[in-house]
Amino acid sequence: MQTRNEKFVFGLLPVIGLLSIWEGVARFGLLPASVLLPPFSDVLLELYSLSINGVLGTHFLSSLVRVLVGFILGAAAGIIFGITMGWNKVADKALNPIFSLLYPIPTLGWIPLLMLWVGINEMLPITLIFICSFFPILYNTITGVKGVNKDFINVAKCLGASDSKVLFSIVIPLALPNIFTGLRLEAGMAWRVIIAAEMVAIPSGIGALLMKAESLIRIDIILVCLIILAVMCLLFEKFFQYLEIRMTYKWRQYAIHHP
Amino acid sequence: MPSITLKNIQNRVYENLNLKVRDKEFLVVLGPNGSGKSTLLNVIAGLSKYQGTVRFDDRAIDHQPARKRGVGYLFQDLALFPHLDVASNIAYGLKIRKLPKGQVEDRVRELLELVHVTHLESRYPESLSGGEKQRVALARALAASTQILLLDEPMSSLDEQTADLIKIELKQIQRRLGVTTLYVTHDIEEAVTLGDRLAILLDGNIEQVDEPERVLFYPTNKKVADFIGAPNILDCSECNSERGGVMRVDCSILKLTVPHDGNAIHKIAILPRDIYISDSKPKGPGINCFLMNIENIVPLTDRVRIYLRLENTKLLAELPHPIFDSMDLSIGKEAYATLRMKKIRILENNWD
Repeated sequence: MQTRNEKFVFGLLPVIGLLSIWEGVARFGLLPASVLLPPFSDVLLELYSLSINGVLGTHFLSSLVRVLVGFILGAAAGIIFGITMGWNKVADKALNPIFSLLYPIPTLGWIPLLMLWVGINEMLPITLIFICSFFPILYNTITGVKGVNKDFINVAKCLGASDSKVLFSIVIPLALPNIFTGLRLEAGMAWRVIIAAEMVAIPSGIGALLMKAESLIRIDIILVCLIILAVMCLLFEKFFQYLEIRMTYKWRQYAIHHP
Repeated sequence: MPSITLKNIQNRVYENLNLKVRDKEFLVVLGPNGSGKSTLLNVIAGLSKYQGTVRFDDRAIDHQPARKRGVGYLFQDLALFPHLDVASNIAYGLKIRKLPKGQVEDRVRELLELVHVTHLESRYPESLSGGEKQRVALARALAASTQILLLDEPMSSLDEQTADLIKIELKQIQRRLGVTTLYVTHDIEEAVTLGDRLAILLDGNIEQVDEPERVLFYPTNKKVADFIGAPNILDCSECNSERGGVMRVDCSILKLTVPHDGNAIHKIAILPRDIYISDSKPKGPGINCFLMNIENIVPLTDRVRIYLRLENTKLLAELPHPIFDSMDLSIGKEAYATLRMKKIRILENNWD
């Protein structure tokens, strides 16, 4: 068995390899148009100077706040609606047709409409992140709640549990793995959507910085932005993975180790 | 402990079902799969809709939801809450009743001891063996109620050895606590071992409620007889007392030795499963052993029925599948049938 540290190191090796190749290829001008790929070390230097002069910090913070606010609101709404629809047949029948019509619309497709309705301000990206987080988390939560074995519910009732007790002590805990799947996937997706929104419609944030760098042909800055984006997607996904394990590992460890 | 009375129960499974489980009784509901056994428990627990009346003693509980009926219910797949450890599973019903913490802990410990799983207290259900899960589920059901216990084919997922052990313990616990128990199964053997009385449920109708012996030897109608495997009943023409408390009885062509001394015997009965079948001559003195023709072989889900004939005397025997498969038996061949002497029943004169 590999230890966790060993696994981490082995996972890092290919990345280090790729970065070395990048550095070498760019440094020694092995590419025909070498101006299009600055060496990795130059990109790191640029990351440093952008951090020092505060440009990166400002843009990053605006993106981060938008993602956090939009995602937290969207996730909360998705979980609340999901639990309600999964648990209550009437709510499910009433809301499901509406949501299934709205769900297929790509998040970025809302931009023109929202620009007119909301205006070009902070609420625009937040609303977009809300929409992008809401639907997948909603459907994962519904699946999780509906998927709870009816016997568990019946046993709890026979043991004297009221409907709300059954919901909070049995159904929601057992739906957690599904809810977390939704959260994990959408935490990364929120970053992808915010970048796109900022590139198209908002004059601040990492996406806007990307567009500015493109117009100045500053490939090093573009690469800095993309690296930050990649790291943030990964961090957000890993955070929810960690949270899921923290909250469900005790009772699922046997299944995880004896698949 | 309360008695349970079901009166004129009607729903999509039952046309009109009546049944009474006596105070402190262990009643086994026996029927094939799909006969409506589980629904019967769900009606009592308040998990299935029905018309009619369910009473605990003389208290009608039809308007009470499941959570207020206070019955312990052991489900077929046990349904232990996977996210709670063993102690919390058992404590679940106690905590809902808002018992003080110390009292909950004491009761959980008592129940853990009762079913011998104290050492599993902090384990999670996924890591338990079938037998361990069974015990925990039983403790949890008893935590809810020591008045009424409903069990839905709880042994179906266990290996035979574990099931036998748990059956013995279950029966002991039931006796000790005196809890009124309704146990559902399709397994005749299990029903006979466990039940104070059996209720035969076929196609949503209770066909017979009786002590196990009575059901086996005196099935009330053809349906019950077909399901149980009707006993072989033989007319006896002549009988002679012999030494050692046995009698020689002539049942047409079969000359049998029967443990009995006293009055003349007119009819005897033996259950199909108490006839040994063998493709070669069994060792030993060969008491009550006859070479007979195999007329028909009918496989059932859990056993094989073999119809035997010697001149005009017919016998029905039953074998478990593995034993049948280990022998070379087929229609038209001959086989040795041994009627186990101790299992031969002398029927009362008025049997018809």
